[in-house]
Amino acid sequence: MAEITINGLKATVPDDATILEAAKTVGIHIPTLCNMADVSSFGSCRICVVEVEGAKTLQVSCLTKVRDGMVVKTNTGKVRKARRVLYELLLSDHDQECLTCSRSGSCELQALGETLGVSETRFKGEHDSPPEDVSVAITRDMGKCILCRRCVAACNEIQNTGVLNAQNRGFDTVIAPAMEGKLGDASCVFCGQCTVVCPTGALRETDATKKVWEMLDSGKRTVVQVAPAIRVAIGEEFGMEPGSQVTGKLAAALKALGFDDVFDTNFAADLTIIEEGTEFLGRVKAALTGGEATLPMVTSCSPGWIKFIEHHYPDRLKHISTCKSPHMMMGALVKSFYAEKIGVKPEDMRVVSVMPCTAKKFEINRHEMMNNGVPNVDAVLTTRELGRMIREAGIDFCALPDAEFENPLGMSTGAADIFGVTGGVMEAALRTVFELVTGKELPFDKLHVTPIVGFEQVKEAAITIEDTLPAYAFLKGVTVKVAVTSGTAGATMLMDQLEKGESPYHFIEVMGCPGGCIMGGGQPRSKDPDVKQKRLKGLYTEDEGKVLRKSHENPYITKLYEEYLGEPNGHKAHELLHTHYTPRGMENRLADKEMVRKEVSPA
Amino acid sequence: MAEQIKTFKQLEDIKKAYLAAQEKYDYIVYVCGGAGCVAAKCDVIRKTLIDETQKAGIGDTVSVVQTGCMGTCAVGPVMLVTPGNIFYTELTADKVKKIVTGHLAGGKVVEEYTYYDAALDKHVPKMDDIDFFKKQVKIALRNCGAMAYNDIAAYIARDGYQAACKALTELSPQKVVDEVMASGLRGRGGAGFPTGIKWQAAHDSKGDRKYMVCNADEGDPGAFMDRAILDGDPHSVVEGMLLGGYAIGADTGYIYIRAEYPVAVERIGDAIDQARAHGLLGKDIFGSGFDYDLEIRIGAGVYVCGEETALMASIEGNRGEPRQKPPLPFQKGLFGCPTNINNVETLANIPAIVKNGGKWYAQYGTEKSKGTKVFALAGDVVMTGIVEVPIGTPMREIIFNICGGVPDGKKFKAVQSGGPSGGVITDLDLDVPTDYQSLQQLGAIVGSGILIVMNEDTCMVDSARYFMEFIREESCGKCNACRLGTKRMLEILERIVDGEGEEGDVELLEELCEVVAETSLCGLGQTAPNAVMSTIRYFRDEYDEHIRDGICRAGVCFTQRDKKAYPQRLRGRVL
Amino acid sequence: MDGKTVTAAKNGCEGCNQEAFDEIGNIIDLYKDKEGSLIQVLHRAQGIYGYLPLELQSYIADGLGLSLSEVSGVVTFYPFFKTKPQGKHTISICMGTACYVRGGKKLVETIRDLLGIEVGETTEDGMFTFVVERCIGACGLAPAVMVDDTVYRQVDEEMLKAIIEKYRKGEVSA
Ligand SMILES: Cc1cc2nc3c(=O)[nH]c(=O)nc-3n(C[C@H](O)[C@H](O)[C@H](O)COP(=O)(O)O)c2cc1C
Ligand code: SF4
Ligand code: SF4
Ligand code: SF4
Ligand code: SF4
Ligand code: SF4
Ligand code: SF4
Ligand code: SF4
Ligand code: SF4
Ligand code: FES
Ligand code: FES
Ligand code: FES
Ligand code: FES
Repeated sequence: MAEITINGLKATVPDDATILEAAKTVGIHIPTLCNMADVSSFGSCRICVVEVEGAKTLQVSCLTKVRDGMVVKTNTGKVRKARRVLYELLLSDHDQECLTCSRSGSCELQALGETLGVSETRFKGEHDSPPEDVSVAITRDMGKCILCRRCVAACNEIQNTGVLNAQNRGFDTVIAPAMEGKLGDASCVFCGQCTVVCPTGALRETDATKKVWEMLDSGKRTVVQVAPAIRVAIGEEFGMEPGSQVTGKLAAALKALGFDDVFDTNFAADLTIIEEGTEFLGRVKAALTGGEATLPMVTSCSPGWIKFIEHHYPDRLKHISTCKSPHMMMGALVKSFYAEKIGVKPEDMRVVSVMPCTAKKFEINRHEMMNNGVPNVDAVLTTRELGRMIREAGIDFCALPDAEFENPLGMSTGAADIFGVTGGVMEAALRTVFELVTGKELPFDKLHVTPIVGFEQVKEAAITIEDTLPAYAFLKGVTVKVAVTSGTAGATMLMDQLEKGESPYHFIEVMGCPGGCIMGGGQPRSKDPDVKQKRLKGLYTEDEGKVLRKSHENPYITKLYEEYLGEPNGHKAHELLHTHYTPRGMENRLADKEMVRKEVSPA
Repeated sequence: MAEQIKTFKQLEDIKKAYLAAQEKYDYIVYVCGGAGCVAAKCDVIRKTLIDETQKAGIGDTVSVVQTGCMGTCAVGPVMLVTPGNIFYTELTADKVKKIVTGHLAGGKVVEEYTYYDAALDKHVPKMDDIDFFKKQVKIALRNCGAMAYNDIAAYIARDGYQAACKALTELSPQKVVDEVMASGLRGRGGAGFPTGIKWQAAHDSKGDRKYMVCNADEGDPGAFMDRAILDGDPHSVVEGMLLGGYAIGADTGYIYIRAEYPVAVERIGDAIDQARAHGLLGKDIFGSGFDYDLEIRIGAGVYVCGEETALMASIEGNRGEPRQKPPLPFQKGLFGCPTNINNVETLANIPAIVKNGGKWYAQYGTEKSKGTKVFALAGDVVMTGIVEVPIGTPMREIIFNICGGVPDGKKFKAVQSGGPSGGVITDLDLDVPTDYQSLQQLGAIVGSGILIVMNEDTCMVDSARYFMEFIREESCGKCNACRLGTKRMLEILERIVDGEGEEGDVELLEELCEVVAETSLCGLGQTAPNAVMSTIRYFRDEYDEHIRDGICRAGVCFTQRDKKAYPQRLRGRVL
Repeated sequence: MDGKTVTAAKNGCEGCNQEAFDEIGNIIDLYKDKEGSLIQVLHRAQGIYGYLPLELQSYIADGLGLSLSEVSGVVTFYPFFKTKPQGKHTISICMGTACYVRGGKKLVETIRDLLGIEVGETTEDGMFTFVVERCIGACGLAPAVMVDDTVYRQVDEEMLKAIIEKYRKGEVSA
């Protein structure tokens, strides 16, 4: 431990603490900009400088470690002047468009100006403001970048996607894909993790709110669906605690916005389990009875992960389940089963998905995600965008009375809720598959497969099947090994293991974002260090609160097969609910172009 | 395979044999092969010499040796004839022919081609009589211009590798550190940090591996002393690296050379090969059980890579961006291991120090700044070139007595000491001893040892603009303070020299200077404002004249209002 | 720099050369398992190919197991690395301090007028690339100009014109 004096106060902190951390313990706030706990300490903004007795120059508090006996002053005239001039310098190279900027109000640069009491710069000079790079999912607006490099850390260290890096040098430095290419031409998986950490409007989701407003105003039948992970996060947009369960308010808000049908992606999550479970059993059966099958099977409901494997392990696509992601299944059903039911032509319907995810903005544009030339889903709103729309509509979210999702596509089991968190898809699948095979309930406390719950990068479990129903005798005595990872960095580990022929698993769940969809690239940006844990808890509580907790118990699913789909993995199911993938190179500047179809007009 | 040198006696034998071979010649002609003279076509001179001596039938009695820079680049190509130490300058093929017939065959010095001292208005044929050489003390440059740079035997004949032999066979690593500590040697790369303390820290730090690094990036514009050593005496750098590696316990040393010095890369590469062939690098050096080898890494044109943390990043194959210190290199350096980084000139001093003892070295210099320092003189001075003098020698002595003062009858205005991160010294302060402390008090620095002499035709505002342009371009862009601070300072300076300066600009500059110096991440940004601050300090009136009266005394500014005069991004992104 | 002529691309891209790529592939294999070799590989690849187009960077990234943007981040950080083909001759004007105070700036303007290109550009006929250096270590001879590997000292405008003429007429080869 080291004892240091900050502004006359004594602080005793561990030897490897920074001045910034030490100051916090005695209630002293030092302004920061580039620093972000657990993501990046790059030391580029210099805003957090303080005076350290004996040091030649001012020192950055976010990187300078404490020393026993150190004397620090955080609020001298010299320090304040330095911060103000540094801030003015930042502004002098910034597109100051707060009035129209989508980050206004949640922008860390803007907030810092208020803290420092500076809103104008005395420095006028060259400022590069390259045109925005608008991909289907992410918008890069480098005129607003302050070069903090949090996104570089997110994209390289956390996600291992390596799309964004500093290019050029000095004043010309810019954060961009290779040679200042566009995101859409690079190997960006659109996970949006960079947009979550960016302190300014430089990286953000590509706006879909305009398009959705137009749909709502057009008079066309507009159906909305919400992903599991939204219900424990959207509250944060309105000042609630992370993890607050606001499912009822969410349904009410969507109705208030004017959507014609308010469905729940959860229903499709249950459906996914039936389809994916059946596919898995089919593959295992083939493998165990001398047929041909590719194992391990890997989940397919994360489009960020799908794009990652298409770029980096194109030869391994056969491992991926052919199931579409839940919201795409839902879209396909809305524009077939439901369209028939209400007598509206599919091309006259619009489906909007509210997702924790930016990659889904890309996914809906894939040519593999259409039926009869009609896209399954027409627009994806992130949690943050939905928050903006609710605010714009003047809806007082916190005061809304609870409402319910509508049927036939709104009912779901607890298994679907946990899709939103890493390990959830696997647990949901095991709940169903184990029971189908053995006729018994999955033998875990509260049905939670504890080894695969939580935020470790790679988790694994092994379940030995002792007794089976007669139809599954081939599984008798087999130990099923599963692995779960979230974040593409973890996926790299499992895939490299597979490449080396050392993968012991039968079934792998991969989610593109670290922690799963609760930490998706479209989720509210949180300053709460426990946000992950709180959102996880929210989802597990939601699951445990339900009477039906296994997908195959969902009565509407049973009905859907009876009325419309026929058999799981059957012909109709295949046509609507399954798909295939596209091998891409390391860099898809050429290959990707034909993959992205033209925008459909919203109305 | 070449002879493996394991003992002191072997070194002595090589030396004796080499000297004996030399004695057979009537004349040895040392032709400068330094970078300056190469540019001045010294190859023609050498070839002519060889051809003409053959023709004259004295080919067997005259030895032509190619050496490193003698320091007098301004009057190159140059050559030195021994015995007699006759110094010929500004040679051409015709002159060489006459020297061969007159001097080498005829025995009579051709005085009209020998060194001309403008101040005395006469030729001074003997090197020992020339002021430029008389007043220097050459330690780091001890071999430059005095031997064949490309022959390990020549180096050994000048007692080369004796220090290494002594250290590895007789001294403990700690004893080597002690000698360096006693010498009072301070880093010659710019910061002037005591080398002994650095070595001790690296010696004491624990790690599975340790690295030694030679900083041969010499990026300061106007600096060419490291180059002179690399070109003219590569073995002393190799030996310095060997001694450093032994002292700190490294197994590998990297020499990081800028790509702009292809000749140096080649020569240091040859020296490493020769040393390796003789067992002076590799396994079990001098039979001591110490294993050590050197590798060359070539830079790629970025000035800030001379900064030690950026240099390490570059060796690791990354963008050469500096990082926050501490951790210092000895704590966490190359590939995460304890590392010691020294400058070329620092290292070239080491063999002499270890051989003669730290005390011997400490006799030169001042109380707090020991030894000698190499300076590179450029700009408006008669003898542009390099000199080595005891630290503390006043600037006036160096510029006027050694290097002949300002040419063409112009008046001296100032000397920029320490390059872009240094400051100006005016006539008033020329008698101050040139040591680390004194210069710092004047707002200048010794730095790497560049002296740019400026005469009355130089505009100080424009010179500040020039240095800021350099810094702006070389800023790595990592930190806000320097990336944007230098850019905005440059823009203000540009508008002043363009005649568009505004009242308050100087104050704005001063404010920026303070903040950039205080908050930048690395030395580049921290020293970026020096040239501006120092010119404001001594020449504030010139700034005011530009802004208020639209006058440039030197007649340099306002001439090119179209911004084309200052090409943006000179090297930013050369496509 | 080795101005190796490059033939038409394997799949139609301009400036692609299978042989050169294979040679670079061998170099990559040599360095693949050595930590921190990217810059070494780039130096050698540029030596073979003349410059480092995106396709080549991608090839190197793949070989060394790095991401493309990391490789291009390094390439674009160091001015020594070129991403476009260079002229037959490279004219470098020294703008180091010594050369600047002795008239380097005028030489830059002369080249601009003479060749009609900016710093960093290559003439349309592919004859000259114009760059600016910060000291080539011949400061005693300022202002210095370097064409390819040859240094010319104490250059003035007239000399510079003559030098360029010489190269243009092919009296000096690369
Ligand atoms: C911007 C910058 C550039 C530098 N360039 C060089 C250089 O070209 N050569 C050098 O030896 N040191 C250079 N240095 C100093 C080195 O960081 C380091 O202090 C030095 O190599 C240590 O060696 P020494 O102790 O022997 O001087 C530079 C420092 C800075 C901040
Ligand atoms: S990024 Fe922030 S400071 Fe910049 S325009 Fe947007 S809200 Fe304003
Ligand atoms: S509060 Fe804002 S919007 Fe209203 S008048 Fe004032 S500046 Fe305008
Ligand atoms: S969306 Fe994901 S892959 Fe794309 S740049 Fe951002 S972090 Fe990298
Ligand atoms: S894009 Fe955003 S996160 Fe990335 S460096 Fe710029 S400001 Fe930082
Ligand atoms: S993968 Fe994520 S976004 Fe998609 S349905 Fe599951 S929880 Fe929702
Ligand atoms: S983990 Fe969820 S939020 Fe992230 S890319 Fe996959 S589906 Fe989208
Ligand atoms: S005399 Fe000068 S030009 Fe000739 S070889 Fe020596 S250094 Fe080179
Ligand atoms: S001070 Fe300048 S050179 Fe140093 S890290 Fe900051 S931007 Fe880079
Ligand atoms: S927060 Fe410390 S340097 Fe940016
Ligand atoms: S290079 Fe020959 S004297 Fe300097
Ligand atoms: S394949 Fe097109 S440049 Fe090589
Ligand atoms: S300044 Fe031009 S060669 Fe050094």
